[in-house]
Amino acid sequence: MEMFLDYLWVFLIGGFICMIGEILIITTNMTSARILVTFVLVGVFLEGIGVFDYISDFAGAGINVPIIGFGASLTKGAISAVESQGLLGVFTGCLTSTAGGIAAAIIFGFIFALIFRSHTKK
Amino acid sequence: MNENERVKAYNKYVNAKIPKTRPFPTLFNSFWVGGLICLIGQGINDLLLYLVPNLSEQAAWAYTLIILIFIAAFLTGIGVYDKLGKFAGGGTIVPITGFSNSITSPSIEYKSEGIIYGICVKMFTIAGPIIVFGVVSSAFVGLIYYIIGLFM
Repeated sequence: MEMFLDYLWVFLIGGFICMIGEILIITTNMTSARILVTFVLVGVFLEGIGVFDYISDFAGAGINVPIIGFGASLTKGAISAVESQGLLGVFTGCLTSTAGGIAAAIIFGFIFALIFRSHTKK
Repeated sequence: MNENERVKAYNKYVNAKIPKTRPFPTLFNSFWVGGLICLIGQGINDLLLYLVPNLSEQAAWAYTLIILIFIAAFLTGIGVYDKLGKFAGGGTIVPITGFSNSITSPSIEYKSEGIIYGICVKMFTIAGPIIVFGVVSSAFVGLIYYIIGLFM
């Protein structure tokens, strides 16, 4: 039962965040790049003021899978690197923590671009 | 007809030609598709923690995101993800799978322009701004933490 509730929270919060994105698209005609940038900045902000971890505790993948989690992860890396390395951490931290995701997206994107052909849009 | 009127007339024409999406169904679809993608992410994460007992929570999230990115890149490759995107809008853009799609989709689209100028350059048309804004803003937050740390 408890597990079911956890999954329900993930579904509801994740769905809600995506719906906000869709509302932004419908009302402001924003392009997907702007939507994604906006959500990354929201994540950076939430992590910067230290709220993200509290949300993440009960929302789980609901907040970590949306790109908000990517922004939060960038900032989390920057902050923890500053704590351990000082000023150097400002430059090394953010990409270290998100290296896996960025590299995976580049690697798989490149491989699949070599394998597959473009599907003409109708 | 002066410049202003012509622009107005043109905008009117463009607005009439833009395909109208009915807001309610797309909102609903974006909600449940987005929620479902997050749910799949949570499922993968829990499964990883269950299968590999000494995996740290942070590493489990990293693997989860990489798996989701892989799935989205593959679905983009076979042309399914873009169809899903038409159906669910924000539900497929906002999750990390949308980030993966934003890299794979233009790479495939511009493949015909060559590997360097096609795939590698166009790969970052949408992901580039995300990475730039993300890195600059989080470095800024890190700098603030550093400065606060100096005085504490």
